[in-house]
Amino acid sequence: MTATIETPSRPAPFAGRELRRVPPTAWVVLLSGILLLSIVFSVTLGPADIRPAEVWGSILGHLGLDPTALGGQVLSPLRDGIVWELRVPRILTAAAVGAGLALSGTVMQAITRNPLADPYLLGLSSGASLGAVAVILLGFGLLLPVAAFAGALAALLATLLLAGAAGALTPTRTVLAGLAVSSFFGAVTSLVIFWSATGDTYREILSWLLGSLSGAGWPAVAIGAGALLIVGLPLMLTGRTLDAFAFGDTAASALGIGVNPTRWLLLTATALLTGAMVAVSGSIGFVGLILPHAVRLVAGQRNRVVLPLSALAGAVFLIWIDTGARTLFDPRELPVGILTAVVGAPVFALLLLRARRIR
Amino acid sequence: MTRTESAHGLGDAISAAPPAALAASRLTFSRDGRLVIDGVDVDLPVGSFGAVIGPNGAGKSTLLQLLVGALPVDSGTVLFDGADLLALRRRDRARLVALSEQHGDGDTGLRVNDVVLLGRTPHIGRWASEGPADRQVVADALSAVGMSAFADRPFDTLSGGERQRVHLARALAQQPRLLLLDEPTNHLDVRAQLSLLSLVRAQTAAGITAVAALHDLNIAAAYADTVIVLGEGRVVAAGPTASVLTGKLIGDVYGVRADVLRHPRTGRPLIAFDTT
Repeated sequence: MTATIETPSRPAPFAGRELRRVPPTAWVVLLSGILLLSIVFSVTLGPADIRPAEVWGSILGHLGLDPTALGGQVLSPLRDGIVWELRVPRILTAAAVGAGLALSGTVMQAITRNPLADPYLLGLSSGASLGAVAVILLGFGLLLPVAAFAGALAALLATLLLAGAAGALTPTRTVLAGLAVSSFFGAVTSLVIFWSATGDTYREILSWLLGSLSGAGWPAVAIGAGALLIVGLPLMLTGRTLDAFAFGDTAASALGIGVNPTRWLLLTATALLTGAMVAVSGSIGFVGLILPHAVRLVAGQRNRVVLPLSALAGAVFLIWIDTGARTLFDPRELPVGILTAVVGAPVFALLLLRARRIR
Repeated sequence: MTRTESAHGLGDAISAAPPAALAASRLTFSRDGRLVIDGVDVDLPVGSFGAVIGPNGAGKSTLLQLLVGALPVDSGTVLFDGADLLALRRRDRARLVALSEQHGDGDTGLRVNDVVLLGRTPHIGRWASEGPADRQVVADALSAVGMSAFADRPFDTLSGGERQRVHLARALAQQPRLLLLDEPTNHLDVRAQLSLLSLVRAQTAAGITAVAALHDLNIAAAYADTVIVLGEGRVVAAGPTASVLTGKLIGDVYGVRADVLRHPRTGRPLIAFDTT
């Protein structure tokens, strides 16, 4: 029993990871600042030229404060309406949806140990869209969020049951099952549209399928922000649990995690969150896929850090993508999903090329 | 050192065995209607090192997963120090028992320090952050396996031997009293194998009870106090290494001819396979 402990060679200095030495709290503060600035600045952009001081004044006024006292400017009722009834709720909705989708993607990627998992790819978004489109065509618009929840949950269950039917939930099986479910729900949605849509319904449904925030008012803010508070905030605190899955189910279980209950609970939560977001914005792809990866590139892989940062980055990202969607081809407006796909698809391709984990 | 040496003496049958630390009895587990573990007993005294050996598919990994509670037993009990392990809450169990698995590849993106910190999961409140005490445990675990200098390295850049050490450190960071290792020497060169098992022996010398599923019979012969031989989910033989590892047993279980010699310097069993 002589000491055969090898003295490991000195590790080579590891360059190019200096960003990861930035403390996570600094990232949170930085991104929160960028988010606030993005909200205020993006409100000023659009056909009607509005100054930041007016935005500030409108916000102060609606919070019951004296606009001029804190450096704000008083607006005419028309301009105030543009700020407070059109742009502010739309931008807040974009922030909530971006945060919610990015959070859902982060959780799904961690819990399925699948770098390609996101609400869009595993069929949740298309399930939610089908639910939404169905109630719109049936004329039960009030049930929209509920139907979207139900659709997302149904798609999730279908994907997981299909993936797990013949054994363990491997990443490959999960993605393939998600593809099947997504195609099926997409096909049924198209069928429903073809069968019943006329005139303007087409445009509305198109914006459901590609995503659009153009109709987002304060009710949308309430749904998006409410879901973010009730479902998203607790999800943000599950980082340690998600980290425990890094080496698989057995390792997680040996670390004291109840693997199956945890997985179902967290995936159901992501379905609820996704459902709420699709209900107010349609199915916007790629946000849940690319934002978590972008965050991991700069802040490392620990989910306790990645979750809040993904939420913040997702919010900022979608605010600017949506600002682009409503201003780039002014006066025409792009469905926001087109822009997220333009940015997201190449990133997705890069991930495919890089991810050694996908088998 | 002297303590381990005396416990290792060849043919030194444990006459007055200390009370069993680990006492698993009549464990059964079936998967897809097939009995994978069929009435298995495991008895190990405190601070001993038990090797589970047997051919592929004998149920070695499954047995470890049953002991750690990652798979549910169909029937049977696992007592550790008199406590019913399987009745404990997961988190409480994870503070007593740790499992270091074999992992072919990793693309986790985690740094070594983060991987070892995972071992603190059952000790840290679900919504809490790790404290200085946890970081100290992590540092100690890394130092115990000689990997302190690698703390900031990405785990995925490590060699197989280094990874196994980090997994061992992760298990040690759980501060377990029962350490389970699933084929810890797979894919390691001989130096890394010996080094890893020395680390395990250092832990058992400190009072941790260890159970390792091993493929290499000579590694088991050189390091284990007790050998549990599994064949098709049943215990074929169990007991002190020197008395269990015989040419006949190896022939019966693995279907190969082997002579069990005596190591010229350690006096421990040495298995020579007949390849003619």
